[in-house]
Amino acid sequence: MANNDMQCMLNDIGIVDFTLVDLMLYLDTHPTCKEAMEYYNHYAKVKNKMMKEFSMLYFPLTKEYAESTTEWRWGNAPLPWERSC
Amino acid sequence: MFNYEKRLQFPVNIKENNAKLAQVIISQFGGPDGELAASMRYLSQRFATPYKEVAGLLTDIGTEELSHLEMVGSIIYQLTCDLPMSEIEKNGFDKYYVDHTLGLWPQAAGGVPFNANQFQSKGDIITDLFEDMAAEQKARTTYDNILRLVKDYPDVCAPIKFLRAREIVHFQRFGEALRITQDHLDDRNYYAFNPGFDTSNNSPACGCK
Repeated sequence: MANNDMQCMLNDIGIVDFTLVDLMLYLDTHPTCKEAMEYYNHYAKVKNKMMKEFSMLYFPLTKEYAESTTEWRWGNAPLPWERSC
Repeated sequence: MFNYEKRLQFPVNIKENNAKLAQVIISQFGGPDGELAASMRYLSQRFATPYKEVAGLLTDIGTEELSHLEMVGSIIYQLTCDLPMSEIEKNGFDKYYVDHTLGLWPQAAGGVPFNANQFQSKGDIITDLFEDMAAEQKARTTYDNILRLVKDYPDVCAPIKFLRAREIVHFQRFGEALRITQDHLDDRNYYAFNPGFDTSNNSPACGCK
């Protein structure tokens, strides 16, 4: 169950980040499109919040969230290419 | 510099091993139109690109290609990670196995190793962008060919379809980059010289004035 919630949240982060990646490429060739920039600004905030929350609940997704005390959380994080059960 | 996020760009979750599929999909890992070649092509070309918005796009697409390389690697890994010896022998995986066991190594489906001759970095942005647009179409065709072979395996189909769709988006963005490049030039000097190399007095096409 806990693992299911984790997968769900990881998928949501993937969706939000994909939006950012696609908007970034669009803005690279349409650098004055205000509408795209508004979308970008919105989803960038959403992603930051989700990354922070996910890292607190499960494991750090980037080194910025890997602060550790008793065990090295970055090293303990699951590898993304492993099958999830 | 590059930063790593410990997750895949699109989920890959393949439950059953399949040596036959792994052997064709590996072409998008290290083959002529694969993700490694794509990433190295754009990340190499960007340095000598004269326009910063185009160099920025090459960086961002080249970076996304690294995420795709990781996805293709994950697909191959999950298709082979618990492959029994009997399957290795039965499905023609023995030739790969003898050199690499179950390790990932960049090669084409036919066994040809990854080679930088599979892409160009010409130092002429117009030439490079035409190469990049062609590369995205070649990769799209390869994914189309893979999709015909994996149609009965929905776990494999989903990430391959995602990767195929990205080729189309990248093609579109490179087309726009070509337009931006042409906007920097004008109808008299377009094709007449290399904007990343020539000055007005050493243009090859008009050695004469």
